[in-house]
Amino acid sequence: MDIVAQLFAGLSLGSVLLLAALGLSLTFGQMGVINMAHGEFMMAGAYTAFLIQAVVGDAGVSLLLALPLGFVVGGLLGLLLEATLIRRMYRRPLDTLLVTWGVALVLQQVARDVFGAPNVDVRAPAWLSGAVEIGGLAWPRTRLFILALATACVVALALAMRATPLGRRIRAVVQNRDLAEASGISSRSTDRITFFLGSGLAGIAGVALTLLGSIGPTLGTNYIVDAFLVVVAGGIGQIKGTVIAATALGLMQAFLEYSTTASVAKVLVFVAIVAFLQLRPQGLVSVRTRSLA
Amino acid sequence: MRLRSPSRHAVTRLSTASLAAFCIVALAACGARVDGGGDGTSAAAESCVDTSGESVKVGFLNSLSGTMAISEQTVHDALQLAAEEINADGGVLGKQLEIVSEDGRSEPTVFAEKAGKLITSDCVAAVFGGWTSASRKAMLPVFEAQDSLLFYPVQYEGLESSPNIFYTGATTNQQIVPALDYLAEQGTESLFLVGSDYVFPRTANKIINAYAEAHGIEIVGEEYAPLGHTDFSTIVNKVKSAGADAVFNTLNGDSNVAFFKEYNNAGMSAGKMPVVSVSIAEEEIGGIGVENVEGQLTAWNYYQTVDLPANATFVEAFQARYGEDRPTSDPMEAAYTSLHLWRAMVEKAGSFAVDDVVAAADGVTFDAPEGEVVVNGENHHVAKTALIGKIGADGLIHTEWSSGEPIEPDPYLEGYDWADGLS
Amino acid sequence: MTALTALVRPGRARTLAAFGLAAGLLLLAPAVLSPFRLDLLAKFLCLAMVAVGIGLAWGRGGLLTLGQGVYFGLGAYLMAMHLKLADAGPGGVPDFMLLYGTGQVPGWWEPLRSPVAAVLLVLLVPAALAALLGWAVFTRRVRGAYFAILSQALAAAFAILLVGQQQTTGGTNGLNGFRAFFGYDLADPVNKQMLYLIAAGVLLLMVAVVRLLTVSRFGELLVAVRDGEDRVRFLGYDPALVKVVAYVVAAVTAAVGGALFVPIVGIVSPADVGVVPSIGFLVGVAIGGRTSLLGPVLGSIAVSWAQTSISEQFPSGWIYLQGALFVLVVAFLPGGLASVAAARFRRRPEERIPA
Repeated sequence: MDIVAQLFAGLSLGSVLLLAALGLSLTFGQMGVINMAHGEFMMAGAYTAFLIQAVVGDAGVSLLLALPLGFVVGGLLGLLLEATLIRRMYRRPLDTLLVTWGVALVLQQVARDVFGAPNVDVRAPAWLSGAVEIGGLAWPRTRLFILALATACVVALALAMRATPLGRRIRAVVQNRDLAEASGISSRSTDRITFFLGSGLAGIAGVALTLLGSIGPTLGTNYIVDAFLVVVAGGIGQIKGTVIAATALGLMQAFLEYSTTASVAKVLVFVAIVAFLQLRPQGLVSVRTRSLA
Repeated sequence: MRLRSPSRHAVTRLSTASLAAFCIVALAACGARVDGGGDGTSAAAESCVDTSGESVKVGFLNSLSGTMAISEQTVHDALQLAAEEINADGGVLGKQLEIVSEDGRSEPTVFAEKAGKLITSDCVAAVFGGWTSASRKAMLPVFEAQDSLLFYPVQYEGLESSPNIFYTGATTNQQIVPALDYLAEQGTESLFLVGSDYVFPRTANKIINAYAEAHGIEIVGEEYAPLGHTDFSTIVNKVKSAGADAVFNTLNGDSNVAFFKEYNNAGMSAGKMPVVSVSIAEEEIGGIGVENVEGQLTAWNYYQTVDLPANATFVEAFQARYGEDRPTSDPMEAAYTSLHLWRAMVEKAGSFAVDDVVAAADGVTFDAPEGEVVVNGENHHVAKTALIGKIGADGLIHTEWSSGEPIEPDPYLEGYDWADGLS
Repeated sequence: MTALTALVRPGRARTLAAFGLAAGLLLLAPAVLSPFRLDLLAKFLCLAMVAVGIGLAWGRGGLLTLGQGVYFGLGAYLMAMHLKLADAGPGGVPDFMLLYGTGQVPGWWEPLRSPVAAVLLVLLVPAALAALLGWAVFTRRVRGAYFAILSQALAAAFAILLVGQQQTTGGTNGLNGFRAFFGYDLADPVNKQMLYLIAAGVLLLMVAVVRLLTVSRFGELLVAVRDGEDRVRFLGYDPALVKVVAYVVAAVTAAVGGALFVPIVGIVSPADVGVVPSIGFLVGVAIGGRTSLLGPVLGSIAVSWAQTSISEQFPSGWIYLQGALFVLVVAFLPGGLASVAAARFRRRPEERIPA
């Protein structure tokens, strides 16, 4: 088997999973909120790319415009959700899962009623179509682009967490909410900003996915289960865990799929995660917190 | 006010008592057994269809919500158009059609439930709809038990001919076999099979394997993706390294989008390795992106571009009703045709009764948009012309090759020596 | 103590009255409903059985299980396999295997030829799986959201597995076209009525059993584990064991619901067991009131009924209504509609219901 090509396929799948899971791990880690509507925020990002292309026309310019705008659209949807519903439910994290699932249902139907049930198309710019030939292998440009985008998002997020006052506040709230509040950090506004960032990342992921797959009302549901598994396997509260888990799952899926079939590979990956959580119930990397839960 | 609390025993006693009551009633209410006990004849379903009035009810059962809504809504639209045409033309046997529309919600279980409702509660004379094989299989026992009629408008995997279903889409020898004939004619020596993991692709690929063996075509790979699969990099890697002459694609729905985007991104194209698809019709092309599938091949029995007067009328009427930008496709045409065929059967029989309609079905014809179609009374399929098409830059499919004349339906492939032992 | 235990606890008379009323109504239904509507009601009762178990595990035990479709599906598929084999006759091969499979009955189907074994397996296989999985997960203290997401992944994997094994499970088509239920002709309306009565009786039995469980020492412990797992552990109990029992009971009720669903509806397919139907089971429970005894049952039946009748008129309207109702109830009325009913009977102020 062509190990290099599969290695790349795995890394590339990992980068897609990472983009989908990064924002999720941020909101889950920070607030314990399980946002099932995260997938629909991705969908919103994808439709943003569609609308921008319809207005701008040029595929290259519209992609570059869509990335920041998708971030803003996803983030604003997240803020709205936080302000109307999630704010009232911080003491009931499991219930947020159900509420956001209801929100996801509604958002999907809204998309269906506004954009129609059929998929829409977003053209990839010319500089992203086809493949680059290096070392006798074809490297699809879109895949390289998404790999770079995922890396950029991780680096930006890591820098923000490490080097900015906002990042310090977020980390403080994750580690000990009460003490952070006692030290004068407004956990309310920190929560809101975290939710904006996490949901915005979903928007970026949605824009990126227009390069790979179908753009329709159910775009998010295809990714949400996998994204959650990445977060759970990676452990909450640290980007490192999410990155490792996404890469590992991507590689595992790609190599298992090559030697068996796509269905079997998927089932095996799920089973492996259940088994893995037996070894590390809190995931790969976990932050020590003061909470007993 | 506070009621006296009875003891816990009272609760248990009452529960036991009511449970016992249920057991007794349930056992007393036993009906016929299948193994010779009882009178053996279960009450055969009495039809409740009311044909005494000015109108007659027919049922449309399509998924208007859920994952299949994307495709089935178009079939629903085509059926509506046909009903309006028939009503404007004087109805069926002088009676106006009254449509009862139900949503199958993309779930086989719901299809079975709603089929039961349409037949026994709404008392419709016939039901039109269904798309996935699973939805048809779910409805089949209901129609057989209630002795009612279903018209199923989508190409499918064959190996079926229920006395209560008319199949107006293609069976395998009208779509897959001609596509293979075409590929063999073009000198194809090796094929790679890609499909979604469900009954149609698996059965189709079984047939393709048998055909290939008999005709000296090598099958270099066979891959299945779960429904809704979104990452095709591994499968495309396999396709690419296998180096076949062509790919035979039985993927369903959204997976086609991800597959073709990946296929192009990996540097493949229709020129390097053509893909023959059997589930991509005109309305899907917009969602995949014309630039991703231009020049690729499809196998159907109808395209919007078919150059016949009946088709010109159909396309014009459809676009006038639903909008200039709406394409027409094979399943839509088959659904449209199915309602007209039912009308022709009823008028030939002079009756709405299921037995009379079935008895009159053989040889009924309709000048359909795809050309004249003839009903085969024996297996309840329809003779259809096979067309291989090429996807053009305009987003439409243009006929590249035609079987020339209608092919008689043969759902069990009994007329093909190489297909022995397939069913 | 939660609001709804209050409904159940001091009001034995009320519970008794409600139970009797429900039994009476269920017995009356065949007389007033058309055969089609009766069939629908029987189907709703099967789904309500899943809700009874979820009410215990989630409402009282705090185990948010997003994967009940697995147990529902196991029960349904085991029953369907038996019915298929019974239809095929002794030594016979089910029709779909001749078409799509090898034409041979695989070894792991064989035990299901016997009706006794089928009934036992419907109960034992899901119970064993739930016990094994629950034990593995709960002793490692995987809980809360982690457990929810794991159970969801399990449902996804189960559906994919069923779809992928088309030759032996029927794939996306699932299993359908049953002629008889333990020898009784399914085309006979009298037998359909019998099935309804069996479903109604089983549901009442389940409610009674769960009621006995909740008022027992186990029931107290379960609530205690939900509200303060570590405190229960410090008191010397094993919270994992308590959770496993609740999880197994929920699995068995789901499996029985699935097993009765098959002859009543006439089909089971992977679309009935995956992620979406698994979450769907929760909707009725949440709306009805997760911690109450009858809330989950009534909520589940009401939601099923509303879905069927509203979606007949407005296919997309139902989705908005379901989503909105679900969001509003969970966000603003965590005790469900039962807490509104309960509040009418009580003078004490509303207490918080933990998730």
